[in-house]
Amino acid sequence: MPSNDERWLDAEAGPVVRPYALTQGRTRHAGASFDLVATVMATRARVADPSSLAPEHMNVLQLARAPTTVADIASDLDLPLGVVRIILADLRELGLVAISTPVAPTTRIDTHTLREVLNGLRGL
Amino acid sequence: MDYGAYDPAGGQPSSPPPPRAIKILLAGGFGVGKTTLVGAVSEIKPLRTEELLSEGSLRTDSTEGVEGKTTTTVAMDFGRISLRRDLVLYLFGTPGQQRFWFMWDELAIGALGAVVLADTRRLADSFPAIDYFERREIPFIIALNCFDGARRYDIEDVRTALDLEPGLPMVLCDARSRESAKEVLIALVEHVLATAAQESVSGIA
Repeated sequence: MPSNDERWLDAEAGPVVRPYALTQGRTRHAGASFDLVATVMATRARVADPSSLAPEHMNVLQLARAPTTVADIASDLDLPLGVVRIILADLRELGLVAISTPVAPTTRIDTHTLREVLNGLRGL
Repeated sequence: MDYGAYDPAGGQPSSPPPPRAIKILLAGGFGVGKTTLVGAVSEIKPLRTEELLSEGSLRTDSTEGVEGKTTTTVAMDFGRISLRRDLVLYLFGTPGQQRFWFMWDELAIGALGAVVLADTRRLADSFPAIDYFERREIPFIIALNCFDGARRYDIEDVRTALDLEPGLPMVLCDARSRESAKEVLIALVEHVLATAAQESVSGIA
């Protein structure tokens, strides 16, 4: 019987890890879920007590001054997506960021947008 | 980067909408060239996901003996292509094995479609991805990465070997080439457009 480390250490997946301390061990966030490419934007609300936020929360807020996405934030801050989701949900609860989903989950992308994508790709 | 249009302090409550983000998935077996293809056509960015082992993955991967909550870290290929100021394409490359399907379920929501990158020397590696997209009715195409030294197969032989629907596009590509990677994405969007047109004719849409 291989150890758990051996089972998970392969070319494409890292080892099993403990949930991150900076999310206080949480692996699921509160509130409505959001897409990987949902737009994230800081609101104009002031941070009432900056000391209550972790540096990572502040970094996310900083990035979200211009519209960005969940995936971009995770990549730019080199944090796993799961951690970024929890941070974003915290910030949303505090009213510091707005998160929108670009497309309704069940809706196919409309043909007008598809043509725009096609033209965009051809013009690259 | 121009932040002016979105400046929260700019006093414009109705600022222009943020860029529209479009997702395209890239699936395929290990070493088939997903990273190469994403890098050829987009600005590649590092991305890790860290997920709680879900009910679904617990069914296939026993976690007996693992105490408490565990998560698994998976590296993904992630690329960003700015098509226009207001239109951005995101490529997500994910490992093809069944145990990563929990990631695909999320990635697939709202996605434009998928590219299954295949290697003629290891066609079976692409079966799980093909099954996945067929079952969920996510539009996809097959891109055959033509490796140096790999025997060139007749594209129809490959189609037979993969047991594909007759109308499913299959393109040959060189994942290292920007032009070739672009053509793959173009073929996917054309396929999705053609499918949408068919559906509207037959009244499904």
